[in-house]
Amino acid sequence: MSPSKLDLLQGTLDLMVLKTLSAMGPQHGYGIARRIEQVSGDEVLLNQGTIYASLVRLEQRGWIESSWGVSGNNRKAKFYAITDAGRLQLEEDALHWKRLTDVMDRVLDLNDAPGAEGETA
Amino acid sequence: MRRLIQRVKAFFGRRRRDADLEAELAAHLDFAIEENLERGLSLEQARREALVKFGGLQQAREKHRETRGLMKIDIVLYDLRYTFRTLGRDLGFTIAAVLILALGIGANVAVFSVVNTLLLRPLPFPDSHQLVWIAPPPTKCGLSCATYSTDAYDEFRTGSRSYQDVTGYFAFSSPDNLSLNQNGSIVPATSIDVIANFFQVLGVQPAMGRLLRPEDGLDGAAPVIVLSDAWWRRQFNADPSIVGKTLDINHQQATVVGVLPPSFDFGAVFAPGTKVDAITPLDLYGPPRDWGNIITMIGRTKPGVSLSQAQQDAAAVAPRMCWNNKRPDTCGSYKDGVVPVPLKDYVSGRLRSSLIVLWSAVGMILLIACVNLSNLLLARSTARSKEFAMRAALGASRMRIVGQLLTESFVLSAIGALAGLGLAWFLVYWLAHQGSVALPLLSTLHIDGAALAWTVLIAVVAAVLFGLAPGLRTAAGNLHESLKDTGAGSGQGRRNERFRSVLVVTEVALASVLLVSAGLLLRSFVQVLNVDLGFESTHAAAINAAYDDSVPGDKTGDLTAQKRAVIFQQMIARVEAIPGVQAAGISDYLPLSQNRSWGLPLPKGVTPPKKQIDGPLVYVVTPGFLRAMGTRVRGRDFAWDDGPHGQQVVIINRSYARFLAGLTKWPNNDAVGQTLDNGTPGGLQVIGVADDVHEESTEGDTGWQIYYPQTQAQPSGAQLVVRSTVPPATLANSVLMALRSLNPHQPAAEFRPLQTFVDHANSPRRFFMLMVASFAGLGLLLAAIGIYGVISYTVTRQTQEIGIRMALGATMGRVQRQVLGGTLRLAIIGIALGAAVSLAAAKLISSLLFATSPWDGITYVAVALALLAVAFVAGYLPARRASRIDPMVALRAN
Repeated sequence: MSPSKLDLLQGTLDLMVLKTLSAMGPQHGYGIARRIEQVSGDEVLLNQGTIYASLVRLEQRGWIESSWGVSGNNRKAKFYAITDAGRLQLEEDALHWKRLTDVMDRVLDLNDAPGAEGETA
Repeated sequence: MRRLIQRVKAFFGRRRRDADLEAELAAHLDFAIEENLERGLSLEQARREALVKFGGLQQAREKHRETRGLMKIDIVLYDLRYTFRTLGRDLGFTIAAVLILALGIGANVAVFSVVNTLLLRPLPFPDSHQLVWIAPPPTKCGLSCATYSTDAYDEFRTGSRSYQDVTGYFAFSSPDNLSLNQNGSIVPATSIDVIANFFQVLGVQPAMGRLLRPEDGLDGAAPVIVLSDAWWRRQFNADPSIVGKTLDINHQQATVVGVLPPSFDFGAVFAPGTKVDAITPLDLYGPPRDWGNIITMIGRTKPGVSLSQAQQDAAAVAPRMCWNNKRPDTCGSYKDGVVPVPLKDYVSGRLRSSLIVLWSAVGMILLIACVNLSNLLLARSTARSKEFAMRAALGASRMRIVGQLLTESFVLSAIGALAGLGLAWFLVYWLAHQGSVALPLLSTLHIDGAALAWTVLIAVVAAVLFGLAPGLRTAAGNLHESLKDTGAGSGQGRRNERFRSVLVVTEVALASVLLVSAGLLLRSFVQVLNVDLGFESTHAAAINAAYDDSVPGDKTGDLTAQKRAVIFQQMIARVEAIPGVQAAGISDYLPLSQNRSWGLPLPKGVTPPKKQIDGPLVYVVTPGFLRAMGTRVRGRDFAWDDGPHGQQVVIINRSYARFLAGLTKWPNNDAVGQTLDNGTPGGLQVIGVADDVHEESTEGDTGWQIYYPQTQAQPSGAQLVVRSTVPPATLANSVLMALRSLNPHQPAAEFRPLQTFVDHANSPRRFFMLMVASFAGLGLLLAAIGIYGVISYTVTRQTQEIGIRMALGATMGRVQRQVLGGTLRLAIIGIALGAAVSLAAAKLISSLLFATSPWDGITYVAVALALLAVAFVAGYLPARRASRIDPMVALRAN
């Protein structure tokens, strides 16, 4: 539970939630969690409960907003929707994430062979 | 930032948000269960699966709260709740701890208020740093050499350039110099004559009406009076329409022009320990012009003028100042005698070292209290070590446990500080009403913002001091060992015990430093009480007697003198006729109150020394005065027939006689019968030599004194001194009746035992001695509690061991001796340490001692014995308990 790991995880989950809301429109917490699970397949083992901390954080930052509503099967639920500020933030974060993964990809693609420094150029 | 606001909001809207979250989580689970049911699971399985996937409801809640609100505060609140619960459960401990802290913090806050008022805070005047007291360096000739003539004042005021303005007041007003005739009853009161610009210079604003104006001080101006707040309330029932009314004072109609604010108390600043009821303007250009040195000067420097500039300016003006402008030979007599010092230094400067000692003493009390609490907390945390170990085992981090312990310390400290503040408020109130203690500004004492801030500061420091050590020790303890340690002498217990022994030694050492200081101050005080004052202060009292010796048209003053002699003779005869009265006599001034000097009469034919020498203090007295005072005289006393036209006679004191004898050749070096030159043909014949009287202070050296008979010199009042075989207080009424039978205008002045003058002079020393002594007593008590606590705890812990030893044949005496031996060992180490510290710190206190060495052996030995005795008692109780242990019970106990 070192803080750096937690930070990364937090950021990732927040980005996933934003993207999900942006792609699917207003959703309740369970819906978002299920959607992320479905998209990721079994790659991510998400504790569904953690999504609520992420939601409250995003809401406090003004990137999403919430209201109580009624779901398709007539259940009362809290619905979250992305705001304009949230969309901007999503773009920015997505870009940032892409750059980061690109760099990570490149770094991880480095040849492990000894004396291979010159080959990347 | 935005998030912070949201978080704070969330923190306060906790309940609603929690409900919201609960609803949301319930909905979540419902969705999941529904979906699982659709997948064909049984209800039971669907619920189970949903919960598993959710991954811990409680964690989700905690995480949600943590993210949205202020978790730190939540933790603190939780700790607080827990603390109050545990403290409430252990009420005995809580009360003891709060009491100890309240004493420590209360004493500290009270002393801080004193130090702040007297030393740290500027004087209660606007821009008070600009105010200077202007006086010559200290002299032997009392007030007359510390004051200036009106001519000198005028020259200084107009001639100096660094001052916005200069003012002053008449330094020779005697107590009860006003008699207020209120509907026929004569009430005595005290007023001070000030130069009319006095309040402008100090920057005092009236509470009602106006203060003095320049025209009030002109010769022949209509009499006006300004009332002090206290007198206005006491004497005039805070009459809101008092301004403009006239009062019958000293047979004159004086108009009340204003009332002073409560913040200005003349006595508190300029005459500590006396009450001043009213302020009246000094008739600067009337008769006082010829009264010589009468004015004390106070100046306000221009903005930006430094003290040294003000001093240079004063030194430059001084040679031009004349004692009397009509006598050019007196010009320049103030050279080197006009030195401004900050008014604050004049008012409280010489109390500096006393206050610092007091502050250190009270700081030590706080330290002792902290050590004591550390000890208590440690004992408690040892008893609770299993609880902490259990919590650690359940996952509480070390920080969290230390945090919990610190929360407890802070809560204790906060409650202690509150109680201490109450105690301090009471102490300060009491101190502010000690009117007779001659300490400046004492009456203005109150708990202010600075004192509150100080309370918070020392409460926090104390909490960290006494909480951190036990906290860290507990948290650092070994988990397994704590769980196993049953208190029967394992490693952890022993280490704690050693630590507690160190605490006890510290406590004893601190207490012994305090006791040594108190002991030295006490011995000094006893030495001061034993000083031969030159008069007998017991069985004698004095009253300010009113008389009217004016004779219309008396050019030479002879008739006045004769009339006065008759009045005085009658007064003395009436008073001496009262049963129980041994002797009575009159002087215009009394020792240890006021004084003045008139120059330096020398033997005939002796050329005055070039160097300026201060003249003797002058007392104008009746026959019998010295006998009533109990002052021994060699030669003869004055007689009623030493009249205005007879040989002029004087009595001088021994020091002055010795000085004169050194200047000339007298048979046997005896002054009695010799003649001094005073410019008259007959000169002054010395008819007697009196004992040296302590006229200015009980502790200082005695100066020179000269006594004139009231028939040959003009007295400035009449203090009737009565010596009696019965307690003076019982005579007060009959003396007043006797005076009233001669003069119906005699005010109901106070009949003051001479001892009150001595007590007044000794009051600052008594005050500091009592304060330090009570702190030392408190320190001793706390140390005794500390010793008792540790030894008692050790005995409890060793019950089993002692039981075994007794079963193996140790006698009761042996067990007792061993426990007591341990106690005394701690005490002796503490005393030795304390003595070493005291020896090193003796320098700090040496300036406060009188005829006592800071290394006074008797004090050190007495303190060591007292501490040993206390340690013995504190150790004896547990020792006795130890020796009464029944081996069978002890062995079965565990």
